[in-house]
Amino acid sequence: MTTVFKKSVPGREGVWPAKPKKDVSEFIPAELLRDSAGMPSLSELDVVRHFTRLSLKNYGVDGNFYPLGSCTMKYNPKFTEKAAALPGFARLHPVMPQLKGAGRHCQGALEVVYETEQLLSEITGMSGFTLQPMAGAHGELTGAMLIAAYHKDKGNKKTKVICPDSAHGTNPASATIAGFEVISIESKDGIISPEALAEVLDDDVAALMMTCPNTLGLFETHLPEIVKMLHEKDALLYYDGANLNAIMGKLRVGDAGFDVVHVNLHKTFATPHGGGGPGSGPVGVSEKLLPYLPISRVKKLEDGSFYLDYNYPKSIGYIAPFYGSFGVFLKAYAYILRLGREGIVRASENAVLNANYMRKKLEDYFEIPYNKLCMHEFVSSAAKQAENGVRALDIAKALLDKGYHAPTIYFPLIVKECMMIEPTETESKATMDAFIDDLIEIAQIAETDPDALHAAPIYLPASRLDETAAARNMELTDDIG
Amino acid sequence: MPYVPHSPEEVREMLEVIGVSTVEDLFAEIPAEFRPKSFDLPEGKSEMEVLDRLEHLAAKNTTNMTSFLGAGFYDHFIPSAVDALSSRGEFYTAYTPYQPEAAQGTLQAIFEYQTAMTRLMGLPYANASVYDGGTALYEAAMMAVRKTRRRKIIVSEGLNPIYRVMLDSYTTNLNLELVTIPHKNGATDIKAISAAIDKETAAVLVQNPNFFGSINDFTDLFKTVHENKAVAVMSTYPVMQSVLKTPGDMGADIAVADGQSLGQPLSFGGPYLGIMTCNKTLVRQMPGRMAGRTTDTEGRTGYVLTLQAREQHIRRHKATSNICSNQALCALRALIHLCLLGEEGLRRTAGLSIERAHYAAERLTAIDGVELFTEGPFGNEFAITLPVNAYEVIDALTERSIIPGFPIGRYYEGMEKGLLVACTEKTTEEQIGIFAEILRGTLS
Repeated sequence: MTTVFKKSVPGREGVWPAKPKKDVSEFIPAELLRDSAGMPSLSELDVVRHFTRLSLKNYGVDGNFYPLGSCTMKYNPKFTEKAAALPGFARLHPVMPQLKGAGRHCQGALEVVYETEQLLSEITGMSGFTLQPMAGAHGELTGAMLIAAYHKDKGNKKTKVICPDSAHGTNPASATIAGFEVISIESKDGIISPEALAEVLDDDVAALMMTCPNTLGLFETHLPEIVKMLHEKDALLYYDGANLNAIMGKLRVGDAGFDVVHVNLHKTFATPHGGGGPGSGPVGVSEKLLPYLPISRVKKLEDGSFYLDYNYPKSIGYIAPFYGSFGVFLKAYAYILRLGREGIVRASENAVLNANYMRKKLEDYFEIPYNKLCMHEFVSSAAKQAENGVRALDIAKALLDKGYHAPTIYFPLIVKECMMIEPTETESKATMDAFIDDLIEIAQIAETDPDALHAAPIYLPASRLDETAAARNMELTDDIG
Repeated sequence: MPYVPHSPEEVREMLEVIGVSTVEDLFAEIPAEFRPKSFDLPEGKSEMEVLDRLEHLAAKNTTNMTSFLGAGFYDHFIPSAVDALSSRGEFYTAYTPYQPEAAQGTLQAIFEYQTAMTRLMGLPYANASVYDGGTALYEAAMMAVRKTRRRKIIVSEGLNPIYRVMLDSYTTNLNLELVTIPHKNGATDIKAISAAIDKETAAVLVQNPNFFGSINDFTDLFKTVHENKAVAVMSTYPVMQSVLKTPGDMGADIAVADGQSLGQPLSFGGPYLGIMTCNKTLVRQMPGRMAGRTTDTEGRTGYVLTLQAREQHIRRHKATSNICSNQALCALRALIHLCLLGEEGLRRTAGLSIERAHYAAERLTAIDGVELFTEGPFGNEFAITLPVNAYEVIDALTERSIIPGFPIGRYYEGMEKGLLVACTEKTTEEQIGIFAEILRGTLS
């Protein structure tokens, strides 16, 4: 489809404000000015049609089943959008509470921040939360910075962070960017073995970053021992909250001994991901890390009013300009209030129920490398199909043709021809049954007509795209190439 | 139970397939001693009750005052079609475009966003956005550190202090040296910055217009930066960038900005988006995602995420950055906003904002004891010196439903009488007149 820039017709009228009385050159010398900014000239209808047509080339949860493992693409209730768009929130300037007396003009927003922190603390069992991190990986970096601040303050010389080989790539990247050396350990039977941990666990270890249930969908059954081993070395335990959707009400990471956790609100707490963001990655900490949380912190006075507290001399400082992705965590706040205690527990229960149901229904057709009770997702493999030359990628593309988004493929890296399936709790049995039938049909085609799958997708706006050429040609704007 | 569709009969059927008798059996692996000590959340509420609660909270915020607050974040008009288009479920409820054939809408939008940003900044490459303007500035500094393998970063005090404190936090554990060059009466001290550049310098970070509103040409400064083989980084304000000489034209290697002013509501600080653009020598150092144009097996044009070898999911601890997502929806809003306004609309937005700010400066400085602090040309924001502490004026005027601006003394020692005043195309001459008259009354 033609780019919006190529559709420009000079002179065509868009959404214009009034014409200024004077030319900008009367205020700013000509040598500091430019001529054209190269923006297109289009009518409002041109723009509406262009972006409506683009939207029709996209899959979203609203239109399709989206079993993308590790990404938790559940339904996002519509009412939360209404809440975030209320002018009392949307029009509020972020420096308002910094204007001394004007703090009283944003009490409602500060209350949202305060209560969201409280709710997340109760769900995870942590002592305190910051909502500043603007995405999951940003939360990881914040967590790693908190860990560094803790050790520095205690006079510990700790330089290493342990990441299991199944960890999200963001874990090692975040630890590195916070100044740590990353040590990788291999999983055994899909989980962390205390023996492998013992081999690398020395006095230099600052923390272990763990996802539990892990990226194979398995619960880390050696967790009690691992917690003990780390704490004996005064090393901290970091919980990657990507899989929190599996355990709410069943396990609180704070009670289990974790010191830091980040939560991906767009996953567990149903805020739309918008095709790649914005996210929101609040970080919770155990009591010993409270003094290091980013500033400012929202505090409640005895009279019930709220204010910003900057008096944390050990704080890691500012990791966001203000309070984080306010519009995003406002939606999570509304979602948590809507579900309540019972609803939150039920969400995890049904997420796990659905994943296990699909695992059992598919086990005769696809290899399930760790075929035992899983949490909210499970890993299957196209290893059997690969013998016929049909790879996980081909199956993914065939699923697109069937009208679904594909599962996550080739992650975690430790499983061959990996397909990671996560149905989430909001999908019905009927949807899952239809998907299972389609997937079984694809498995049968893989045996009889592998080439048909190599050609997929054929019903989408694009067939398979040449990624190698894209990287080589570097055509990254309409003006290059 | 909201949003969970199963009937009790369906649950029974599913448990039977799995081979367990209760849902609780599915959690058998979690040891008893790890079960929650408490789970004390409120009872669930109906949609109506939750909306009531949120409306109540929203009403506790005052948003109907006349505001001259800016400090890098501005209340520009957002055309209605921005909301309508960006809230389409196909955009809104999609994930990262991991299956490009099913995400051509998102990918083409990112590609078009990249095009718009490179044109605004006058530099050839852009990424798909990062979290915000402060993160973008920090990432730019790190690009320079990786590229030059040097550790000194020169920071102008004319840079938004909110971003400078972020930069401080992020670099605490890294072996880097931040050298801050003080402003000179609100102007970026180009001479002092030039003098500080040496062979150890990785990057020079400046802002245009700077925090005080002052507009500069950094062309000569950037020449000095390049003579020392350092990287020139410029932070900007995208709406003003529609009329101002571009970072690219001045010779900047990297230009960054916060995209809030392009179609994002102020929303108490987020979500916004960080804009990043750069020249060709730095493109492989750029963090985060980029969309690239290619062809499919039929030879049709299509889009994919590209140059992923830089990224964390491939390179893990050796990646250019830990950034995994982008602000895709915010970037989409920025793009739609720019397309709706178009060249003429954007220039008018900038022009009106500048015109109103100059009118405000004229009216305010006509008051006894009020002086213009910003030297030289300025755009839609400027600083004044008051005869009293700025907080006093803010408190007094807020009582009269006017937020007169941002107190500069909050971040700059000794500038307690400084007030930063911003206008946009939404500010009316009448509002400015009322502001000036009430301020005159307050000061007399």
